[in-house]
Amino acid sequence: MSSLLEIRNLHAEIGGRKILNGLNLTVQRGEVHAIMGPNGAGKSTLSYVLAGKPGYEVTEGTIAFNGEDVLEMTPEVRASKGLFLAFQYPLEIPGVATMSFLRAAYNAQRRKRGELELSSPDLLKRVREIAKRLEISPEMLRRPLNVGFSGGEKKRNETLQMALLEPRLCVLDETDSGLDIDALKVVASGVNHLRSPERGMVVITHYQRLLDYIVPDVVHVLSAGRIVKTGGKDLALELEATGYAKYQGEAA
Amino acid sequence: MAAVQETIDQVRSIAVEQYKYGFTTDIESDKAPKGLSEDIVRFISAKKSEPAWMLEWRLDAYRRWLTMREPDWARVHYPRIDYQDLYYYSAPKRKKEIASLDEIDPEILKTYEKLGIPLREVEALEGVVRPDGERRIAVDAVFDSVSVATTFRRELSQAGVIFMPISEALREHPELVRKYLGSVVPTSDNYFATLNSAVFSDGSFVYIPPGVRCPMELSTYFRINERNTGQFERTLIIADKGSYVSYLEGCTAPQRDENQLHAAVVELVALDDAEIKYSTVQNWYPGNAEGVGGIFNFVTKRGDCRGANAKISWTQVETGSAITWKYPSCILRGDGSRGEFYSIAISNGHQQVDSGTKMIHLGKNTSSRIISKGIAAGVSQNTYRGLVSAHRKATGARNFTACDSLLIGDKCGAHTIPYIEARNASALFEHEATTSKISEDVLFYCIQRGLSQEEAVGLVVNGFVKEVLQQLPMEFAVEAQKLISISLEGSVG
Repeated sequence: MSSLLEIRNLHAEIGGRKILNGLNLTVQRGEVHAIMGPNGAGKSTLSYVLAGKPGYEVTEGTIAFNGEDVLEMTPEVRASKGLFLAFQYPLEIPGVATMSFLRAAYNAQRRKRGELELSSPDLLKRVREIAKRLEISPEMLRRPLNVGFSGGEKKRNETLQMALLEPRLCVLDETDSGLDIDALKVVASGVNHLRSPERGMVVITHYQRLLDYIVPDVVHVLSAGRIVKTGGKDLALELEATGYAKYQGEAA
Repeated sequence: MAAVQETIDQVRSIAVEQYKYGFTTDIESDKAPKGLSEDIVRFISAKKSEPAWMLEWRLDAYRRWLTMREPDWARVHYPRIDYQDLYYYSAPKRKKEIASLDEIDPEILKTYEKLGIPLREVEALEGVVRPDGERRIAVDAVFDSVSVATTFRRELSQAGVIFMPISEALREHPELVRKYLGSVVPTSDNYFATLNSAVFSDGSFVYIPPGVRCPMELSTYFRINERNTGQFERTLIIADKGSYVSYLEGCTAPQRDENQLHAAVVELVALDDAEIKYSTVQNWYPGNAEGVGGIFNFVTKRGDCRGANAKISWTQVETGSAITWKYPSCILRGDGSRGEFYSIAISNGHQQVDSGTKMIHLGKNTSSRIISKGIAAGVSQNTYRGLVSAHRKATGARNFTACDSLLIGDKCGAHTIPYIEARNASALFEHEATTSKISEDVLFYCIQRGLSQEEAVGLVVNGFVKEVLQQLPMEFAVEAQKLISISLEGSVG
């Protein structure tokens, strides 16, 4: 069986500026990979290229998701095939209740996969179960999506969407940013709940702190657009102690 | 919540044809010759067997119209209208006066079916009896220029409600028509209203007696069906003391190559403690992708809160027409009266919208609220034009205005032109306005969750207009949401 995610020699740029320089990454089902690196290393770019954000141009290399060529797929097809990006800065949509958004997204994916839509009561039941686990109140589900949400609420909401949509690959972009320790624990526990032998995760973070709660199988150091070092979870602790300077030197 | 999903489904099922209402019905018409003259005004009046005073009223308007100039202050551009090149009267031919619904031309009934007019209306037209307790809508169908069917009339008349074509009201209730016609929009009001006064063909007349809550929502569907026929509707609604009525107006028009003029007048009168809620969904042919054709819509709508604590509420969803020139307004004459204006105006392609409201505070402690949502796409121009004024004696007048514009793409324009005049120092007027572009980041966020580009735009737009949609009666809100999505199809690259 092919790997869940296989990135080969990926080069990408935005607005003519080269960000990714021959990045290689393989994620198997059931694995959690952490990608760490200094600011400007290309961490967020990697997440956007995976999700297919307009403006990010892949100039070389391949991305295979379950053996399929991701670069040939539109962003919504990638989503419906199970590629989920938890945004560093989730967007606000005034006037659209969180529950409405969840329903629209969930059923849009099902339709694109040729599945029947879930009825509103069934969907509501599922959402409520997940929401409870993430300490999300029914009142919050009625509020417009992310409008006036605190940092913690936004990230819990991202985790809720992730849990509901049941993706095969979760890409978490700086999920720890803007979170205090209590919120971080709730979100991490929500993420850990989603770990399964069928699902892979790519956890992008600047700090080691998140990895105390979401313990990775593999840790990569990303610098100047490529993976410069790969190791076990201890690598994250080492980085915490020594910083990124060493790797930035190597990459340059 | 569920409505968003419904919209998406409906768009999917409808997307086959951008403007599916572009068909014409093949029935014979009884037409006056082209052009406008005293003779034509007399012809129209005679056709309707009007009393002499009505003919004089029309002729007076016509003579005044000859002295007036077409207004040019609105932010709309269109080729000069040749008023002598239009027909001013067209009626479906009938063998005799209609006694029952069975006698209505089946072609006309078929048209309503094609229009997708809600089943309950079709049932109503066909006389199907529904179980008690269900909310019903009475339809006064104006087909081209003459009303062909009026339903639920008996039940309404039991409540004392009069709901009939205005031409009929002129015969059956001349004293009421004479008392109120032109009392809100005088014949001299403006170029288009004056023209309407001279040549109006038909429209609805509603009278709600004191203390009566109209037992159902009143609804008119009309469409322009005759080539080059100017459509001049005249609607007059009177809510007597302590009464309530909700009136729905919706329209679609067949596809045309040449422009069609529409100059309607709607007058509302609310006496002491009465309330009128007037809702419109407007979906006339907006012209083709090159901006050819489409309806010219010059409408004068005004409500007069004539009594104390009267309330008039306008809700409109404007998606069609090549040109929209329309300012549903409230005169807050009675002390403690209240006016509301909720509007969604969508322009796409080459459409031009210049719309808004006037809230004229005359009485003490009058209040008004304006919520306007403009959405511009394509190469369209969308203008909100509003006036809030407080008369010298309007102590304690209050207004809240919020005008929000949403731009889709970078070739369209949104403009907000609010006029505020306070001649009483105690007036408290608040005005908020925002203009935003639909954000690429927001769209990408939705798309990453599995929505298509169009579904994402639909979702964001529905969120943007939600506050106004909530003001519409349920069945109308669904129709409106459907129209909004259709109107914006193909608006994003």
